Amino acid sequence: MKKSVIFGALTVAGLAAGAAAAGTLDDVKARGKLNCGVTTGLVGFAAPDANGKWDGFDVGVCRAVAAAVLGDPAAVEFVPTTGKTRFTALASGEIDMLARNTTWTFSRDVDLKFTFVGVNYYDGQGFMVPSELGVSSAKDLDGATVCIQTGTTTELNLADFFRANNISYEPVPIETNAEGQQQYLAGACDVYTTDASGLAATRATFEDPGAHVLLPEIISKEPLGPLVRHGDDNWGDVIRWTLNALITAEELGVSSANVGEMSSGTNNPEVNRLLGTEGNLGEMLGLSADWAKAAIMAGGNYGELFEKNIGENTPIGLARGLNAQWTDGGLIYSPPFR
Amino acid sequence: MSDLSFVRTEMLPEQAPPASEIGVVGWLRHNLFSGWINSILTVISLLAIYGVLSVLIPYVFQSVWNAESLNECREIMLANWGSTHGHACWAVINERWLQLLFGFYPPELYWRPILALVLLVAALAPILFADRVSSKLLIVTAIYPFIMPWLMWGGSVWGPVSIALGFVVGFMVLKYATNAMGELIALIAAVVSALIWWVLLAGVFAGALDAILPFALESVQSRQFGGFMLAILLGVVAIGCSLPIGIVLALGRQSHLPIVKWLCVCFIEFIRGVPLITLLFVASLLLNIFLPPGSNFDIILRVMIMVTLFASAYMAEVIRGGLAALPRGQYEGADSLGLDYWQSQRLIIMPQALKISIPGIVSTFIGVFKDTTLVSIIGLFDVIGLTHAIRADTAWNGIYWELFAFIALLFFVVCFSMSRYSMYLERRLKTGH
Repeated sequence: MKKSVIFGALTVAGLAAGAAAAGTLDDVKARGKLNCGVTTGLVGFAAPDANGKWDGFDVGVCRAVAAAVLGDPAAVEFVPTTGKTRFTALASGEIDMLARNTTWTFSRDVDLKFTFVGVNYYDGQGFMVPSELGVSSAKDLDGATVCIQTGTTTELNLADFFRANNISYEPVPIETNAEGQQQYLAGACDVYTTDASGLAATRATFEDPGAHVLLPEIISKEPLGPLVRHGDDNWGDVIRWTLNALITAEELGVSSANVGEMSSGTNNPEVNRLLGTEGNLGEMLGLSADWAKAAIMAGGNYGELFEKNIGENTPIGLARGLNAQWTDGGLIYSPPFR
Repeated sequence: MSDLSFVRTEMLPEQAPPASEIGVVGWLRHNLFSGWINSILTVISLLAIYGVLSVLIPYVFQSVWNAESLNECREIMLANWGSTHGHACWAVINERWLQLLFGFYPPELYWRPILALVLLVAALAPILFADRVSSKLLIVTAIYPFIMPWLMWGGSVWGPVSIALGFVVGFMVLKYATNAMGELIALIAAVVSALIWWVLLAGVFAGALDAILPFALESVQSRQFGGFMLAILLGVVAIGCSLPIGIVLALGRQSHLPIVKWLCVCFIEFIRGVPLITLLFVASLLLNIFLPPGSNFDIILRVMIMVTLFASAYMAEVIRGGLAALPRGQYEGADSLGLDYWQSQRLIIMPQALKISIPGIVSTFIGVFKDTTLVSIIGLFDVIGLTHAIRADTAWNGIYWELFAFIALLFFVVCFSMSRYSMYLERRLKTGH
């Protein structure tokens, strides 16, 4: 008899399917909610708390976009995706954007037909070993057993690195970071390799972090950023410039603390254009004039998001490094708001 | 002459058995120390049990229940016992147990899944304990499939009511058309009229009634479902639907009608030949690509359908085993009594075949219930999926065993109850000598 539920819902689904798809921006506005794909949980980047409220660095991007488009940072439906389901979820339209520490690669951009709208974190693959092993360079790892997550770019990078250096290794395949931690601590592998941010977060949870060292080699480029589907450039622009607004805000000294004061007008024309008191940038995007102000107020500018979720004062304790503003010697750089 | 007699005329009083044969000592001698090999094995076993318990008991009971994070747990352990090893940090369960049970279901609405669970017990009682519970409770069983989704998902009460009315429509058509048109045509007419009701009229009917008499619960999105509640929801639906579907498939497979037979064989063999996880990926990924863009076919519903289909195929084979175990004489006896196909199935074949299959059916149920945890792989937050989410919190990153111990306990309680019930049912239905 429970088949009735299925039939009924099929009917509803069939009727709902009749609604035609317009541009994503219009869809999101009509729905009143942004469907944002995030990970099922990665320390510092996305995690639900005890009340089911999502928080993290990637989550901050989702909330900023929701604030810019809908004026409400809480108007986000977080859709947890795994490494295997994320791209199909985006391609099929289940989610409007994916902010899930996804590496921007040629094949994902070109072959899978996605548009990476920017980079919110420059990562790279590193190695962690117990300090008692006395290894000081990844090139000394000949014959080591390595815990490696399957189905990720890190697996391919690892093979490339060892082949290029003509040394051998024995992979211990693992499925999740949590499994990797356990295997590594149990001694199932000599080395644990994943993105350096993940290694730092993992090491911070150990009982004795000092007994483990991160090797100096970073063997890959992992630019992580939000992405959207091919074919809707207008929507891609909205995400791209929301991210750029957060970055520019940090560069110009606009923070969630002073954005209210600055939006009443400043002497800096770029700040005025960003916050909508001069020019009509918001209108060009199809958003309201104060879109960037709303995005910044959602969780702060880029630097604030970084400090709050993964920065040096958090247990993860990542330094800005490559992710400092270009003015401070990093790679974070936004095109001008003009 | 004196009365000499060499035959004892009275019985000796019974003596107490030797102390070594009765009581605790006797039991020990008989069961644990009945020979030197057994004595050695007993001692070794006791040592092994002691070894396990001496680790487990401090782990479980010398533990931290109140802390904000794993590091705080470790500090408390160091302060109390001087070591962080061998002590559990149950604080994570203390903080997150509601989330592990209910997922992201709104806390102020927790009464709804709880009420659904209580009603489930009421709905199952007349089926599971038919000899002790009044059969009047069957009315709860009949309406439960409509109440449960309404309680869980919320929304207007008229939706489930109008879907239930579809069954009434079909039943009425069947009842009145049988005399006029014959059984087969009446059956087809009933199914068609019910489908017409659901597809064309049910929505209008529900909408109209909703406008006149709005009565709705706050609706809850499928994305908010999670935790152990999701496992129970998927398990109950899959178990409840797979038994009838499995019976039909098993009968279809033995049918003399070639098309029915081959349809059933193909379905069973196809589903059994594919791992459940593949079906789940089809449900979560492939369907999205084939459905028109913008369509919203609920993810939990998709998963329910796939898990049910999977369980049905296995159930069909278990029941076919029961059917095959019946002697031919039972079928021939039913025929000789002049019973038609459905009568003989209902009165003679199925009661016996199902009774033989009980252990197989219940182990399939248990398997399906545990398989529901696979949905974590497609990104649903069931209990296993939630462990990833909880570990992604900086406060709890690195915690592992405590979460899984809690989940194991939840599953053990449910699965062990099912297994005990099946043993009870076997005893009750035992008619052998």
